[in-house]
Formats: sequence, structure tokens, C-alpha cells
Amino acid sequence: MSPPTSTGPAATPTGSKLTRVLGSLSLAFLAIFLLFGLMLSPPEVSQREAVRLFYIHVPSAVIALYLAFGLTAVGSVVYLRKRSTFWDLLAWSAAEIGVLFCAFTLVTGMLWGRPTWGVFWKWDPRLTSTAISFVLFIGYLAVRQLDLTPEARSSRAAVLGIIGFLNTIVVRFSVSWWQSLHQGTTLNPVDTQMDGLHLLSFFLGFATLALVFSWLLVHRFRVAWLAHQAGEAGLDRALAERRAEATGRTV
Amino acid sequence: MYWNYVLIGYVVVFGGLGLYAVSLLRRGRNLAEQVEPDRRRFLD
Repeated sequence: MSPPTSTGPAATPTGSKLTRVLGSLSLAFLAIFLLFGLMLSPPEVSQREAVRLFYIHVPSAVIALYLAFGLTAVGSVVYLRKRSTFWDLLAWSAAEIGVLFCAFTLVTGMLWGRPTWGVFWKWDPRLTSTAISFVLFIGYLAVRQLDLTPEARSSRAAVLGIIGFLNTIVVRFSVSWWQSLHQGTTLNPVDTQMDGLHLLSFFLGFATLALVFSWLLVHRFRVAWLAHQAGEAGLDRALAERRAEATGRTV
Repeated sequence: MYWNYVLIGYVVVFGGLGLYAVSLLRRGRNLAEQVEPDRRRFLD
């Protein structure tokens, strides 16, 4: 990321060569994934067509719980240690997109559960702990809107971001710690339960959603940076006005 | 069989991502107008 070279607001100010490459790759993978996921992949023996939900449900969960919330936790730890604006904004950006992917995990899980288990929702350990993660990070985003000083807001959010990520450990091991209706590890590198077109479609879904996540993260970070700069500029203007008022009074 | 659940799931995920992407680009455009060019670091 280099210093700015543009002189005015572009059509897409948060876009760049990087986002154009990521965006083009995302669209190309999306087209291939939809072809395989919805058309070429055959129905599974027991799940029938519902297996197609698997291709978006599992990647959404991995991206939300491990990638996005993990990035939020890392950014939060670095912020608390170094007070770095970059890491604070990166943590915030990852959390917002993580909440979106976590919502997709819950919705696609419910849609998969209805034909497979006969119910949309069950207070199963895996489902419940994932819902708790979702609520914790909704709380994180709410803390970001509190009427506090920027430092206090960022610090409180950082603590919540770390606690929120710790719950991912509970989500991960919930199926082995408690009796769960939810299946365990979907993809075991040694003994995978999927093969052929199912496995290919699954990986295409994963690649597509990971690319979209990356594209969104770069844009969201740049939006957060602009918001931060707009806030600083507003503060500078207010200080300049106060100084001008004070100078006017004393002259 | 179960196609309705599958289609709802795909529409929710990819429709949601599309809407969120559009809202992000709009937010960026509005904010860029409030920020001086020399403060737009990380945009290239």
C-alpha cells in the first residue's frame, strides 16, 4: 500500500489494482462454482440435493469463525499492545465481514437441517456455540458505535474481540465435548467423506467465498480508514475554529 | 428434491454478499468526498 497518487474522488475510491484482480477472480470462480455446485455436482446418496448447501455452509463457517474472527483477535491483541490504528481498523473490518459470514453459516445450516434432521433449529452444542459467536460479534460491532473516546471504544472492542474468538475454540470442540447431532470434522485430510465432483464443488465454493472475503476485507478496511480520516479532519476543523474564536476574542 | 432449500440458501448468501458489496462501495464513495487527497493513505 503506497501513498496516494489520486487527486480527486474516483468512481470507486476504495478500489485499486489489487481489488480489481481480486474482484475479477471472485467473479470467475463464482461462475465456475455455480456451474459445478448447482448443475454438474450429482445429488448425494443420503442428503440428495441438500448436499449443495454444504458447499457454501462449511466455507462460510470456516471463513467467519477462523479467518475473520481470528483476524479480529490478532488485530485486537496488536492494538492493545501497540495502539496501532491499522490493526484496530483491520480487526473492526474483519469482524463486520465475519458477522455476515456467520449469519450465512447459521442460515444455510438451518436450511440444511430442515430436510436432513427434520427441524430448522435445535439447541445442539455446535449450533448454540456458533449462535453465541454471532451474538458476541454483534456486540463487538455495537461497542464500536458507543459514545466514548476513540481509544476507549477501540480498547473495549479489542477485549470483546479476543473473548469472542476464544468462543471459536468452544465451537470447534463442541462436537467432541458434548453429545451433538452435528457431524464432526467434515474434511479429514486422511479420510475424507467426500469424493469426486462433491469434493471439487466443495473446494470451488471455498475458493470463491475466500476470494470474496478478501475483496470485501480490502474495501472494508479502506472504508474504515476513510471514516477514521474523516473523523480526524472534523476534529482538526473544530480545533481550528476554536483557536480562531479564541484569537478573535483576545485581539 | 430439496431444491427450494438449496436455492434459498444460495440467494441469501450471494444476494447478501452482493448487497453488502454495493453498500461498501457507496460508503467509500461518500467518505472519500469528506477526506482530503493527502489523507487517503491505503487507497492505492
